[in-house]
Amino acid sequence: MRKLLLPLVLVAASPLLPAAQLEIEVEIPQLAVAEYHRPYVALWLEQNGQYVANLNVWYDIKMKDSEGEKWLKDMRQWWRRSGRTLEFPVDGVSAATRAPGVHTLSYSASDAALQNLQAGEFQLLVEAAREVGGRELLRIPLQWPISQQQTGETRGSHELGRVAATLTP
Amino acid sequence: MKTFTKLGLLTLAACLSFSAHAHRAWMLPSATVLSGDAPWVTVDAAVSNDIFYFEHFPLQIEGVGQPFVRPGAQPPATAEGKPAPQPMQRPRANLQIQRPDGSLAQPQFGNTGRYRSTFDVELDQKGTWKLAIANQGLFASYELDGERQRWSGKLEDLSTEIPAKADKLQVTQSSSRMEVFVTSGAPTEQVLKPAGKGLELAPVTHPNDLVHGEAARFVFLLDGKPAANVKVKLIREGIRYRDNLDEIELTTNDQGELSVDWPQAGMYWMEAVSSMPVKDDSPVTQRRDSYTATLEVMAP
Repeated sequence: MRKLLLPLVLVAASPLLPAAQLEIEVEIPQLAVAEYHRPYVALWLEQNGQYVANLNVWYDIKMKDSEGEKWLKDMRQWWRRSGRTLEFPVDGVSAATRAPGVHTLSYSASDAALQNLQAGEFQLLVEAAREVGGRELLRIPLQWPISQQQTGETRGSHELGRVAATLTP
Repeated sequence: MKTFTKLGLLTLAACLSFSAHAHRAWMLPSATVLSGDAPWVTVDAAVSNDIFYFEHFPLQIEGVGQPFVRPGAQPPATAEGKPAPQPMQRPRANLQIQRPDGSLAQPQFGNTGRYRSTFDVELDQKGTWKLAIANQGLFASYELDGERQRWSGKLEDLSTEIPAKADKLQVTQSSSRMEVFVTSGAPTEQVLKPAGKGLELAPVTHPNDLVHGEAARFVFLLDGKPAANVKVKLIREGIRYRDNLDEIELTTNDQGELSVDWPQAGMYWMEAVSSMPVKDDSPVTQRRDSYTATLEVMAP
């Protein structure tokens, strides 16, 4: 039922304009290593150094006996800020790992995660950890609410490639 | 299929071959440079993803604790009340503890737990000791009616156990050697003499005389002869507390030699692998030899 109702609620809540949104591009680099595993990646929002909301967590959700959860703690900053208090899988947040390439995610400004923000600067955090590989954390500062088009981007040096965020009013 | 994979990993762990994939087997001594009359070392032995962290399986060693059975891994009884067949128990690794004079010692206070085995050695002789686990294996992979199959066993059984209509047959002869050196008093050379089989370390710099700030020189031998072009990786302990693996990758020169500049003091895991096609008339198509050692680099 929830799945049916949700779009209706969104339509009702939005004005008849193109919906304001946050679009995120995350590049997972192709790595020339002997043993490659897709990275675990967490995307979440922080404000004033405090955790606000999770957007997505990519991990091995298909492993038998939830064994893929064993390495969630390797995204150590996210684990401390949020992960360790969650029950997995998390509806709408847990997702499978992704292959090297550029992945685009979109969130409506009316999405609960964004609605938890207060006016002012906030940060998008992207943390990646790879089995028998390294770990990397990137931050992009952004402004809430979305009064004008904003873009922020940064680039990782080993586990993540380009990460960009666009806020469209 | 998942169960098969897991069993496969156990098999790999037991055989200590194919360590290029996923799980690495290692031994970690409590110390490598010791003084006093008859000091002890205690050694952890495990198979894991992350070097020197206990997170996957114990390294099972003959004479150290009880064979490891994963709790809850007992297969359920069948409807007739008969117990289901046990998964095949792989042989435990053979550990050789060599005193400085070449005589053998036994591991003491052995235990095998969920994630690691531990044992102790009383260094009742001055000089350099060697703890070694060496293995050989024969592995085959082939396709039967489009399905990928695996086999391991003895060379003489190969022709009878692998169907004649097997496609894309690859037979790999593998050897692996894992070593740890510890020295009570002054370093000695006796235990460093190569056996002349598989891939071995013939240290120019003594493995218990490694210091940050001094380059170490090592020669690798394959069947006793200098092995050129061997890929060597070194990983420093403590990877949980840094973002990069900081792997050091080196290759031996034409004389089988390489030089290591240690970025800092600490325990290092070194892995050398030699892999080459076999071009004789045996059914073996590939040969893979690996050598791993845990080396301690002291602060100057």
